[in-house]
Amino acid sequence: MNAERVAVVGIGQTKYASVRGDVSLPGLLREAAYRALEDARLTMDDIDAIVVGKAPDFFEGIMMPETYLAEALGAVGKPLFRVHTAGSVGGSTAIVAASHVESGVHERVLTIGWQQQSVSEAMWALSFPIPFQQQLVAGAGGYFAPFIREYIRRSGAPDDIGILVALKDRLNALKNPYAHLHEPEITYDSIKESFMLWEPIRYSETCPSSDGAIAMVLAGEQAAEASAAASGVRPAWVHGTAMRSEPATASGRDQVSPRAGIDCAADVYSQAGIVDPVAEIDMVEMYVPFSWYEPMWLENLGFAPEGEGWKMTEQGRTALDGDLPVNCSGGVLSTNPIGASGMIRFGEAAMQVRGQAGDHQIDGVETALGHAYGGAAQFFAMWVVGSEKP
Amino acid sequence: MGSGPTFAQDADRSVSAMPEGLWGQPEVNVPDGGGTEQVRRVTVPATMVYDYTPGAAPTRFLRGLQEGRILGERAEGGTDVYVPSRGMDPVLGRATTESVEVGPKATITTFCVVHIGFGENAPPPPFVSALILPDGAAVSLYGTVLGIDHTEVRIGMRVRPVWKDPAERTTSFENITHWEPIDEPDVSAEELKGHM
Repeated sequence: MNAERVAVVGIGQTKYASVRGDVSLPGLLREAAYRALEDARLTMDDIDAIVVGKAPDFFEGIMMPETYLAEALGAVGKPLFRVHTAGSVGGSTAIVAASHVESGVHERVLTIGWQQQSVSEAMWALSFPIPFQQQLVAGAGGYFAPFIREYIRRSGAPDDIGILVALKDRLNALKNPYAHLHEPEITYDSIKESFMLWEPIRYSETCPSSDGAIAMVLAGEQAAEASAAASGVRPAWVHGTAMRSEPATASGRDQVSPRAGIDCAADVYSQAGIVDPVAEIDMVEMYVPFSWYEPMWLENLGFAPEGEGWKMTEQGRTALDGDLPVNCSGGVLSTNPIGASGMIRFGEAAMQVRGQAGDHQIDGVETALGHAYGGAAQFFAMWVVGSEKP
Repeated sequence: MGSGPTFAQDADRSVSAMPEGLWGQPEVNVPDGGGTEQVRRVTVPATMVYDYTPGAAPTRFLRGLQEGRILGERAEGGTDVYVPSRGMDPVLGRATTESVEVGPKATITTFCVVHIGFGENAPPPPFVSALILPDGAAVSLYGTVLGIDHTEVRIGMRVRPVWKDPAERTTSFENITHWEPIDEPDVSAEELKGHM
């Protein structure tokens, strides 16, 4: 496949919060978009096409919001494309935007992921009855908690690994000014004593519900070099992108370590020339809405053998000063505007490669992985970004 | 919208019946209105009612439930019994043509203990929300497990469905009100992998 090279040259995030009542939805998107354009030293006029993603419409109660948001998105007279892949949508959206450049059709593409979760209750948007099934009467946590229990059983992990993940991510978030949750008082004990919601998931081991948006400018080779020359910040080159999905219900399906995630990782590593991911990848932003998904995804993504992901967490290897830092930004556990969450992972990975991550920057990141998942752990999107041209 | 079957309207159910402060709708931070008090929040319920036409395979399943039976289906040449069948085997990509009764005895493949209230559609907390594999089926169903202390529920535990009285049954999964334990040896958890 002869694809044009593509790089991230601009990233902009809003401040994330429970409610961003100080801006309208168009204003929220502009806040992210202008920051990304400023970072790329570009204006809306320089953008050829816009690719957007958010969670299903029922989350905000506005059908097809992208149409009324066209002006806010700078899309008047330009192609505007929306991507739908549930919780993984932020990742998939960035990949679709990249493919618009890789195809050679567009030179500079603006991509935006957002959610204004304060408008409705995502919990109930996920819980409407299905006529031929017994109703799941326990929300999203009730869906995922049983698979966490099975992971703990299979791996024999100590029951406090989830607490360690939550503590790490919430402390990392203190170094990220955009993060929703800033909890300087949080401790191991405060997490352990927090309300048990869906045993084995505690309140402090779950993601918050956030308002916010992230935007990125993706550019072809010449445009990327021009932006980098103007800004003095190196591009994050896209070394590989992959998406996979699998049915929610199928015999042989393993929701503890879904086949689609394993295949998606193998594909993106192959494109990026990565043979030994734990040695060759410098940091990871992965989609961890419930703390235990860190060790589960470490295994699914090939960073640890089956049943041993929790050891990496326990040994501190995924901490900021570990050999494979995970979710330096504070992750989904600290910020979760659902439709944006996947793109935040992709964007934070690119920020690390570009050296833009401020207080949560890891020294010398050359290669980083962004990861998103969604639905019934059935949709996966990943990209590898690096400092060198692929 | 036609005059289809009536459903319990969800608009009035208690939302966020959770411990004080957990996921409540927070105060809106709005700029100073300059003398005019800001309208901070307008609550607009959004309700949708669907008239669902199940089709051939789900009809067989729903009619089975009405008779107090759990009917799965198998594709020609396949071994896996899907329940409820959507009319095809998603692995083989072939239509399911053979009706196979599964259960009623079943095994808990995994579960969680829910400690928060989920309104009138759910049991009072704490309750067990489980994935339940009927004997003979390849995939699990969601259900609640009652009639046992939640601390005693185990992966591999044997259960059976508790049905509504025949006179009250409709073409609905709600005919099974919950599942309860039966006195049989646990199934090895390793046997349940791939069937959750």
